[in-house]
Amino acid sequence: MKIYLSSFVSGLIFAIGLGFSGMMDPIKVQGFLDLAGKWDPSLALVMGGAVTVTFLMFPLIFKRKAPLLGGTFNLPTSVKIDKPLIGGALLFGIGWAISGLCPGPALANVATLNIGVLAYVVAMTTGWIAYQKIAVMDIRSHASTPKEAQKSVQDFCDEQCVVD
Amino acid sequence: MEIVNFTPISALIGGVLIGGASALFMLTNGKIAGISGITKGIVAACPTPQDRFWRIAFVLGLVLGGAGFVLFQPSLTAAPLQMHPVQMAFGGLLVGVGTAMGNGCTSGHGVCGLGRRSPRSLASVLTFMGAGFATMFIMTHVLNTGRF
Repeated sequence: MKIYLSSFVSGLIFAIGLGFSGMMDPIKVQGFLDLAGKWDPSLALVMGGAVTVTFLMFPLIFKRKAPLLGGTFNLPTSVKIDKPLIGGALLFGIGWAISGLCPGPALANVATLNIGVLAYVVAMTTGWIAYQKIAVMDIRSHASTPKEAQKSVQDFCDEQCVVD
Repeated sequence: MEIVNFTPISALIGGVLIGGASALFMLTNGKIAGISGITKGIVAACPTPQDRFWRIAFVLGLVLGGAGFVLFQPSLTAAPLQMHPVQMAFGGLLVGVGTAMGNGCTSGHGVCGLGRRSPRSLASVLTFMGAGFATMFIMTHVLNTGRF
């Protein structure tokens, strides 16, 4: 039960940070991305403030053998800087500028019931599901044996499930 | 370049809260507070049904926390904006495909990835920031579609 409560509280504080910082306002986000125009540098400080905290706190947290509520630290193991990483980041950056929203602020904005926000969230969800379905079909078509296909699909799903 | 609407104090406070929430989540649950990855696991590939519960709890907190601003401080949210649904759906689709392919967004690769000194995340952040700046330049200064 405690892990659900701590998940809820983390999400809640995260959203309060998003709201305070101005990141829930797409105009503010686009104002930051418009370097050559009327530039609003605020988001650099949002990112700077957030990363300063994690940069200082994470090493202290990782000194523990396990998280406070049990289990193990669930961290990405991949170190490859590969085409999916860069290609995905490119697509994400383009979509971010077009909409003025990244996933966190979009979800925090759901209660606005703004038609643009809802269209974004539905399309983003569709994009997640579509990418995974297409990737799994592609992996299966490239595998030489059913066993190899199963293992590759399992690896892909594991990688998709470790949040990074 | 002309600097406008700069709100350094609230930006810093908000940023520290975001980083604090991510550190709290790592300390208690041992997981990266990456919004795209957490939410994606609710609707797409996920190891076990139980694994969905903590994800749902996190997203519920995120949506309700945001709802507080929508109710009491709507000017800080997207509530007053008229954004074209087709434009937003196009942006959302790119964000969905991109964050699944690249395994993370501003929170997972940005806030958490840079915090744990991941070279993969640094490469991701430099790429999506660059793509964001370039896209906005094209939108405002080449296509003249402007901002919201």
